[in-house]
Amino acid sequence: MEVAAPRLPRYRHLPAWAPWAVYGAALALAFAMSRMTGVNVALLAVAAVVLAGLVVHAWSRTVEGARQAVDRTATLAVTSAFALALVPLVSLLVTVVRKGAERFDLEFFTHSLRNVVGEGGGAVHAIVGTLIITAVAAAVSVPIGILCAIYLREYGRGKLAAAVTFFVDVMTGIPSIVAGLFAYAVFAIVLGPGIRLGVIGAVALSVLMLPIVVRSTEEMLRIVPDELREASYALGIAKWRTVVKVVLPTALAGIVTGVMLAIARVVGETAPLLVTTGVITSVNTNPFAGRMMNLSVFAYYEYKTPGVPPEPYFARAWAAALTLIIIVLALYTVARLVSRRYGTEIRR
Amino acid sequence: MATSASREQVETQQTATPTTASGPTAIEVSELNLYYGSFLAVADVNMSIERNKATALIGASGCGKSTFLRSLNRMHELVPGARAEGTIALDGEDVYSPTVDPVAVRRRVGMVFQAPNPFPTMSIYDNVAAGLKLNSRRIKKADLDVIVERSLRGANLWDEVKDRLDKPGSGLSGGQQQRLCIARATAIEPEVLLMDEPASALDPISTLAIEDLVQELKREYTIVIVTHNMQQASRASDITGFFNIEAAGQPGRLVEMDTTEKIFTNPSNKATEDYVSGRFG
Amino acid sequence: MNARSDSLTRTKVTRPSRAGDRLFAGIATGAGVTILALLAGVAIFLVMKSWPALTARADELPGNQNFAHYVWPLAFGTLLSAGIAIVIAVPLAVGVALFITHFAPRRLASTLSALVDLLAAIPSVIYGLWGIAVLGPKSVGLQRWLYDHLAFLPFFKGPPSATGRTMLVVGVVLAIMILPIISAIVREVFAQAPRSLKEGSLALGATRWEMIRMVVLPFGRPAIISATMLGLGRALGETMAVAIILSVSGIVTFNVVSPSNPSTIAANIALNFPESSGIKVNALIASGLVLFGITLVVNMGARLVIARGVRS
Repeated sequence: MEVAAPRLPRYRHLPAWAPWAVYGAALALAFAMSRMTGVNVALLAVAAVVLAGLVVHAWSRTVEGARQAVDRTATLAVTSAFALALVPLVSLLVTVVRKGAERFDLEFFTHSLRNVVGEGGGAVHAIVGTLIITAVAAAVSVPIGILCAIYLREYGRGKLAAAVTFFVDVMTGIPSIVAGLFAYAVFAIVLGPGIRLGVIGAVALSVLMLPIVVRSTEEMLRIVPDELREASYALGIAKWRTVVKVVLPTALAGIVTGVMLAIARVVGETAPLLVTTGVITSVNTNPFAGRMMNLSVFAYYEYKTPGVPPEPYFARAWAAALTLIIIVLALYTVARLVSRRYGTEIRR
Repeated sequence: MATSASREQVETQQTATPTTASGPTAIEVSELNLYYGSFLAVADVNMSIERNKATALIGASGCGKSTFLRSLNRMHELVPGARAEGTIALDGEDVYSPTVDPVAVRRRVGMVFQAPNPFPTMSIYDNVAAGLKLNSRRIKKADLDVIVERSLRGANLWDEVKDRLDKPGSGLSGGQQQRLCIARATAIEPEVLLMDEPASALDPISTLAIEDLVQELKREYTIVIVTHNMQQASRASDITGFFNIEAAGQPGRLVEMDTTEKIFTNPSNKATEDYVSGRFG
Repeated sequence: MNARSDSLTRTKVTRPSRAGDRLFAGIATGAGVTILALLAGVAIFLVMKSWPALTARADELPGNQNFAHYVWPLAFGTLLSAGIAIVIAVPLAVGVALFITHFAPRRLASTLSALVDLLAAIPSVIYGLWGIAVLGPKSVGLQRWLYDHLAFLPFFKGPPSATGRTMLVVGVVLAIMILPIISAIVREVFAQAPRSLKEGSLALGATRWEMIRMVVLPFGRPAIISATMLGLGRALGETMAVAIILSVSGIVTFNVVSPSNPSTIAANIALNFPESSGIKVNALIASGLVLFGITLVVNMGARLVIARGVRS
């Protein structure tokens, strides 16, 4: 008796160009309609994508089956999520570059706001302040952070180490304004209320930098293989010398990257500095005496409390914003390059 | 680098008569028990390690040879909860006496590991000199040059690296890296050199090079070498000790220790004979 | 010159000389203890400086109310803005993480991740400027539409703001700010989803989405939860974006499209601290203490969820 070969079910597929065509057509239609009716193009584009998604889903359902249709819709959802996440990034960068370019001139970088009302002036006092405050904050938090990471990785054992590592994690969640209030409270109790100094801001920033430095240094120390430590001990080298002269140099590239990322994080902080460093229109290079301006507070105040007319103030604010973004992006890029060169990826 | 005059002196050094320490026994081990926490890993070892000889320790995996080796330079106790009971006498002084600093022990008993581990951020020169420089001894550069050359020559590596001493140690091949580690270990002139399967990560040619090196090194140092490779033990050592465990969870023990020739041709213990003839392990 | 004798004296096996080790270990341990002391110090100093406000009579505080009444609208605003942010950010972040790990070409994964992480690098004051200058005005139309069509919901009661400086816009901006944090954590976990399970389900004929639903999402659930909590903590503490964008009137309401909004604790401090003195300063610090407490609880909770997830 002949046994018929089993018939494999036939799977029909939408042609590969099909979804692209539908989405493309929908978006083109949306742009055209926006041009004609003047309705916001973003809204129309979103509506178009949603409608196109429904069309593709229905089409796929009839041709390929319900499960495939759901899969296609899921792909649309996930891809849209990603696109949606990038839209504000692009919009923000474009806005800052466009509006900041207006005052991105030599005067902006060489003058302060001393005796400036309305047009002109610059942010050199803010830039100097940012550099000084960040430098002091790094000088405080980096040594303590590295030593703490060494403690956790090389020496810590038992309950104390468990508590320290837990609270380092907790510290990463301190709101920046609370760190500012803390720094203010410390200095106010010692020096009296209403105190405003550059160094208080630096203390607040180091509270924010510390957990970042500790975590990334700890990661780097973990990457150093134990065989190196063993080789050093076997030579009769004491533990502390091993840590300082073998482990740390091996982890150095990664530690430097972590520090740069920590600096990038705090260089744009505004809130803690608002409550600690005050507002001033001229350059102050002494963090221990007098108020100090910095870039982010500068941008905030220029925008929030402009004079009349407000345009020159807004323009300065945007130029300061552009400067800030350039600094932050530069730090991130260099950090990534360093870590790629030395082959260690930093996890946040 | 060394001038031709001191090079002569270095060459004379290599054929000079061996060490100043006295007595035929370099290390005397009595009633040694090694614990990880409450787990007894190695039980009741008694052995005499003879000076200027190569002693091989063989046995199946997990029978405690490496643990025992590491107890000789107090590296075993780096594992939290690890401890040793019994005595290990180096030239008559108990290494585990409470007044003894493990760091000092490790300067007299050096170690070479299974996987070559040169310090990656240091040059070849600095790697060899690490044991001296990192111990913050003030040594004149000229003295250091002589020591580095001597150590590299002693490891049969000098000719291959003498033109690139400032290049990183990690740029060498596996066999060269291991010889660099040997040079690094001998630079501080220990009395005893422990080697934990030093050739198992290397290709056969490099392995033979290491074995030949052991024959030269034993003129100046006492060598204790742990190996999985019985042929290597029979080729390279004068004395062999066989470690074994009776069953899983039991501690490792030193079953038999005798001249290499006897162990491999006519061992006294049945377990030894089974192992060396390949019936297990 | 004899290299053996004069530069290397034989080390006698001697007394322990661990001074260097003890000193260094002590310094390192001290650094660790400093962390604990710092956190304790934050709590202590904040309490010290808040005490006068916490115990003040009603007529001493701004608005002639006791501290609980003073801080309640601020706490409400904080939770509302963070809540909106979470509702928007979490699904988006999960979607982004899925896209990068399972839908985009492998080679692009690290570049795309860097792009998303760029969102986290941008300082919050710039988000504030962008929100008030671009997003707010552009969203006026949408907010009006919401008021026109959905005013029966308490969220869109209106009347709609003409400048776009509303709680809704603030929520969206906060969502954008916390999205990279949530996405980074979730992305890492998704990337580690067990390959054998994924391939097994695909071999059984599951579609990619079904595989994700059956294997990847359940695997990543603890991470999604803890990432959400971490994002929540960050949104609760965010100051500048809210301070710049939000038009504040101080009333407690769920209406997110109007110009009358409650402020948040952090924004309130930023806006009022520079010009305040006396008991007002204490009140602000006390509100900061409340914020610290809330974020502490949220963060510790997040870490505990991670720890429990890792163990199971």
